[in-house]
Amino acid sequence: MTITINNLVKKFGSVTAVDKVNLDIKDGEFVAFLGPSGCGKTTTLLMIAGIYKPSDGDIIFDDRKVNDLPPKDREIGMVFQSYALYPHMSVYQNLSYPLRLKKRPKEEMKREAQRIADLMGIGHLLNRKPGQLSGGQQQRVALGRALIKKPKLLLFDEPLSNLDARLRISMRSEIKRLQRELGITSIYVTHDQIEALTMADRIAVIKNGVLQAFTDPESLHDRPKTLFIAEFIGNPPMNLFVAEIKSENGKLYAIIGDVKIEIPDVRRPKKVVNGNVRMGIRPQDILIDEKEGFDTEILFVEPMGRDDLIVCKVGDMQIHFLVDPTTNLKAGNKIKLKFNMQKCQYFDMETDLSLLWN
Amino acid sequence: MKPKTVFSKIVPYLLLIIITLPIIVGYSWIIISTFSTKTHGLMPVDRAGNFGGLTLSNWNFIFEPEIWLVTFNTTILAIGLTLGVVVVSMMAGYALSRIKFPGRKAFLSMTLILHAFPTVTLLIAIYFVLKWISGIPILGRGLPIIGGFGYNTLGGVILVSMALQLPLGIWLMKGFFDNVSWDMERASLIDGCSRFRTWREIMIPQIKPGIAALSIFSFIQGWGSFIIPYSFMVNANKATVATYLNNLLSETAPTNYSMVAAVGLFQLLPVLVFYIFTQKYLLSIFAGGVKGSS
Ligand SMILES: Nc1ncnc2c1ncn2[C@@H]1O[C@H](COP(=O)(O)OP(=O)(O)OP(=O)(O)O)[C@@H](O)[C@H]1O
Ligand SMILES: [Mg+2]
Repeated sequence: MTITINNLVKKFGSVTAVDKVNLDIKDGEFVAFLGPSGCGKTTTLLMIAGIYKPSDGDIIFDDRKVNDLPPKDREIGMVFQSYALYPHMSVYQNLSYPLRLKKRPKEEMKREAQRIADLMGIGHLLNRKPGQLSGGQQQRVALGRALIKKPKLLLFDEPLSNLDARLRISMRSEIKRLQRELGITSIYVTHDQIEALTMADRIAVIKNGVLQAFTDPESLHDRPKTLFIAEFIGNPPMNLFVAEIKSENGKLYAIIGDVKIEIPDVRRPKKVVNGNVRMGIRPQDILIDEKEGFDTEILFVEPMGRDDLIVCKVGDMQIHFLVDPTTNLKAGNKIKLKFNMQKCQYFDMETDLSLLWN
Repeated sequence: MKPKTVFSKIVPYLLLIIITLPIIVGYSWIIISTFSTKTHGLMPVDRAGNFGGLTLSNWNFIFEPEIWLVTFNTTILAIGLTLGVVVVSMMAGYALSRIKFPGRKAFLSMTLILHAFPTVTLLIAIYFVLKWISGIPILGRGLPIIGGFGYNTLGGVILVSMALQLPLGIWLMKGFFDNVSWDMERASLIDGCSRFRTWREIMIPQIKPGIAALSIFSFIQGWGSFIIPYSFMVNANKATVATYLNNLLSETAPTNYSMVAAVGLFQLLPVLVFYIFTQKYLLSIFAGGVKGSS
């Protein structure tokens, strides 16, 4: 099922939770809503589910406007962060409840519940009450309950955020695999960017109810259109600092403090106003280069497991980057750094828009 | 260590025993005196004042048809009141907890103010209302068992008692519904429930302890209610157990306190039975399927 959202607005009194959001989701696509807490992700999802009525704008499933369609007629399944299982019903009753509401025969309910439970790996738990299950098992039941009526759209509201880190990773790939196998259009709300980047075909980044970007994970990471996206996506976050752009002999240079770096032609910022830009570079695009690099001093080293995060002083700014822990660098060491200028980002100082991708 | 733990175990019990002693003595007296001709303190005595005088004659009243009529009436009153209050409160509480509608806030504070009114101040006004209802054909005084909803009918007493009990019930139910997770309700709406079905099959089961509590309050209220049946049923002797008991106190002279105690004990029994059957729900702690947000 395709989903089209036109100028969707939701107001709670004087608060605008969702502000003129436009999205078009393709059939079978896995879309993530990513944004900080309180940005309106859940509100948008609940409008798509039919729980909230939009204040303005349209929601269209395939070619049908569904603004006034009650949730039960929308052919959707939803998984909640709180699992939202019915505590007074057994796992079997929870799973088969959507079919019971559709007045399906008993045998079909039994067969389908068993099939879904086996698919989710909870076939042996059918007689338990939700209170007697672990969090992971409860979330599987919730997922099964959403899947059993063969919905045309699956909605997830931070389904994994109550699980421990390891379980989260395995459930992530499990949900992704299920979604791909069943080919159900899915919307997945999360504030965990790794979840969004690894699972989604496209990511809608939302800030204060306004859609910031709607694109695939790669372009979101490598070609951020706004400063907000550049700051928000990527871990550890992108280094951002003010740089002066100067043209000399037909070549373009970025000047950061007393460091001067040439900007390659393929990565020239468009329309630089007053010579200054906000320049960004990801920690993984900064290298130690004892020949061509510029001088810096290490302020401190923060071990992060697979890498060490090094904080250096450049001019009056701090630059973060990653090195292999075996290099054994210590605070106070003097090193030479080189930016991979093929990966640099530039943003307008006033509008915060990218000078590369707009 | 040891003496201290024993000591700290005994002290609370000792305190509780001392505090509850008057009540325990009171109940003991009731039970003993119902089987005695007279009592000196807690000691049953015969007419001459010697130990003894045990008798069953105080319980003779259970062979009179009147007591069974008032028991039947009181049962109908208590059950009718309980059903009415619970059903209406469950619906109104849900609406007030979950649905936005104009006047919601005003309604909530209004019911609270109504609850604060002393019943006695309303009696005369209610009398006129019931008189007026009596004039309505069939509904007024032509119904089986409860007689109708007008003056001098059991239904009228139920109606008035309900009105006075509802504010408490609605607020109680609203509070319980407020604590049920929204996600669960949303999940059921998406699974295919209508709003009514969600209410009946998903929400109600979550608030069973609240329903049990309200049922007990209402039942006890109805079972022991005196002022309303006494005011709106003409023949106190044929109204409820409480009015019957009152009659016993005022009309037989000298008052036979042992018999009054027996009727009092008789009145107490159903409440105890009812409590035993519902306490499981009252004390139950829910093992919920909702983790995280509540
Ligand atoms: N029922 C409501 N009444 C009033 N305001 C609301 C209501 N629901 C949400 N809001 C407000 O709308 C905004 C968006 O809320 P929403 O729940 O959609 O955020 P979210 O992106 O899901 O955040 P989180 O990641 O914390 O779940 C918030 O500012 C919130 O306070
Ligand atoms: Mg949310």
